[in-house]
Amino acid sequence: MYDKENKLIDSFTAGKISRRELLRGLGAMGLSTSVAAVLVNASATRALAQNGFNWKAHEGTTVRLLLNQHPYTDALIANLENFKALTGMNVEYDVFPEDVYFDKVTATLSSGSSEYDAFMTGAYMTWTYGPAGWVEDLNEWIMDDTKTNPDYNWEDVLEGVRKSCAWSGVPGAAIGSDDAKQWCIPMAYEQNNLTYNKRIFDANGLSVPTNIDELLDTAAAAKAVMGGGYGIGVRGSRSWATIHPGFLSGYANFGQTDLTVGSDGMLSAAMNTAVSKEYHAKWVKMIQDSGAPDWSTHTWYQVGTDVGAGKSAMMFDADILGYFMNGGDNAEAGNLAFSGFAANPEASAATPNIWIWSMSMSRFSQNKDATWYFMQWVTGPEHDLFGAREMDLVNPARSSVWADEMFRNKLSASYPGYVEMHDASAPGASIKFTPQPLFFDLTTEWAEAMQKMVANEIPVDEGLDMLAESVNRQLAEAGLH
Amino acid sequence: MSDATHSGFPKRRFKVSRRMLPYVLSLPALLVCIGILIPFVTAVLYSLQRYRLSQPWARKWNWGENYWNFLSDDSFWNTLKVSMTYAFTTVGIELLLGLGIALLLQKRTKFNNFVSIMLLMPLMTAPALAALMWKLMTNPGFGILSYFAGLLGFEDFNWASDPQTAMLTVVIVDVWVYTPFIMILLLAGLRSLPQQPFEAAALDGVPRWFVFYRITLPMLTPFLLTAVLFRMIESIQQFDIIYAMTQGGPGDALTVFQVEAYLNFFQSTNVGRSAALMMILWAITYFLSNIFIKNWLRLRERQRGEA
Repeated sequence: MYDKENKLIDSFTAGKISRRELLRGLGAMGLSTSVAAVLVNASATRALAQNGFNWKAHEGTTVRLLLNQHPYTDALIANLENFKALTGMNVEYDVFPEDVYFDKVTATLSSGSSEYDAFMTGAYMTWTYGPAGWVEDLNEWIMDDTKTNPDYNWEDVLEGVRKSCAWSGVPGAAIGSDDAKQWCIPMAYEQNNLTYNKRIFDANGLSVPTNIDELLDTAAAAKAVMGGGYGIGVRGSRSWATIHPGFLSGYANFGQTDLTVGSDGMLSAAMNTAVSKEYHAKWVKMIQDSGAPDWSTHTWYQVGTDVGAGKSAMMFDADILGYFMNGGDNAEAGNLAFSGFAANPEASAATPNIWIWSMSMSRFSQNKDATWYFMQWVTGPEHDLFGAREMDLVNPARSSVWADEMFRNKLSASYPGYVEMHDASAPGASIKFTPQPLFFDLTTEWAEAMQKMVANEIPVDEGLDMLAESVNRQLAEAGLH
Repeated sequence: MSDATHSGFPKRRFKVSRRMLPYVLSLPALLVCIGILIPFVTAVLYSLQRYRLSQPWARKWNWGENYWNFLSDDSFWNTLKVSMTYAFTTVGIELLLGLGIALLLQKRTKFNNFVSIMLLMPLMTAPALAALMWKLMTNPGFGILSYFAGLLGFEDFNWASDPQTAMLTVVIVDVWVYTPFIMILLLAGLRSLPQQPFEAAALDGVPRWFVFYRITLPMLTPFLLTAVLFRMIESIQQFDIIYAMTQGGPGDALTVFQVEAYLNFFQSTNVGRSAALMMILWAITYFLSNIFIKNWLRLRERQRGEA
């Protein structure tokens, strides 16, 4: 790179000139905005190389990654050359679409293959991978000053997100406890909140619902005025993924849990309490009255594309799904708005359940220390900031990035209300499930029961009693009840 | 020149003794058998264990407990019922349709040959892709079939999203994909039948329905049995169409063996239960195959006797 460009970027990194002045200067030198972004991060990388840490310790080593097709992966790949320049390491990767991604991970890990050193995962998955002995407890590296650079700042990762990736492995034990193992490191995460179509709401005098009863009324009113569309999008396929977004976020807001842990450490189903039954009944009625006609096949994809296409008036799902649908070629791009949602009228704030895309290290990796070099870089403040400012690494997992004015201004300019929604619900955001090894069995069965309730095959209260009975039986078979 | 070359490098012939020859010739078949038997035996062993990947410390032999638990497991009986309903319904409809179309195309004309080739198109489509295509066509919002259903007065016909119509929907997709398979097999059978009995019947003025029931159908039975055998084995192992359309839902409306076993392994990592389900499926397939093969052999013997 030329000296003039270097100096300009270093001035920006040091805070001597504004972003506008930087872009104007680089533009005058014939560089596009996207190239400028990577160059700016190259400058941050040079600063990182000067923090006294030996980034070249594994020079020449190749790390292999298994990645999910996602905007977070795009951000990683866009910035990868800077990591290679910083460490002298090589990185190879395979990217798979999400439909088959987790099958690939399970197949690779269960076979004990050392093909991949690190891979993207969700925290729920580590409840299987960790106890199975397929992933490393990353505390060993995080706490080691000789292996982790002094600017990594682990405490900067949002507490609820950081702790949601840690579990002791004892069924029912709280996530993030003192004896918890850090099975994964967050890259970015999703809160589940309301995304609504402001155009439809404004045109029809609809106000943003603030609790579950208002949500039912508003969804019904929206459906009535939409002429062919429907009121609210929520997931409905026969999968654990139907339970974890909006549904569980609202459920947790009433103080309800999936399981209770007895004094003897045994687990019991808790989804058939009176409060739970009332909440389920309202949720089921909302889908029957105002949900998608083919709700039982809806995954995040249909929920997102329908709100983006103006087929639904709102969705109670991942906030980043609304973020992505508010841009690109979507028919309703620019019309979507965001709101934190507390289902319980007596709750002071939303308590969204979260999904975290994170990195785990394979226990079968042959280059664990080198792999950690990559992991601390990709989850570190520099890459997180680069991804948030220049790519779509939203929601970043670090509080320092959320405090960054440039990032906040970028979000507020194109996604009005997003920052406020995030800030209001982040304190209550965490994983609301009880960590235990039967997670996928029990939540899939929960989704199945919900489908039967929506189809009027079983009444809500009877369905929940049957579900609780089945859950307890399965827990007993696994020695957990 | 060639002589000079040959004299420079005398040809060596690898000789196999007569005693070893049968073993050498059967070696490829033996290797294939080993490739099948190792996974089979492994699955049998897994099915006799309490084996969850997420609880490796709890892995132990429980012998027949996985199978025993099925007896009191409503979801297993539902899986059995759904699998059988799906297999018998699809194969029954495909057989009737395939036979009907084959009879219509029996005469060798350019038009019939062209149509028979065109009708094979669905068979060239990967079932998972066919399922996704049908999923779009049956979308209540923009699907063309939903539009036609609306024109016919079925305003809220939700296809695979409704437990009442989910089975019907996946059966339609299966029939669309696999009827051509039966059709082409039976068409080949029909065209290979000896013509003398039909000519004799025509000379005697025998009614066409009588010819069909008394001559065509009995002579075609080996082909029918072959077609049913192949389709039954495949249909009872159905996975891609159902998983791509509904993942086994809504509720438990379409949880066939393969879907249940797949979810048990890849999602729940319950290797023991998944393997036991596959062993039950193997037993059912083996039982049905035996019935068909025995009948096919009996028919062949009878036809030889008659000849």
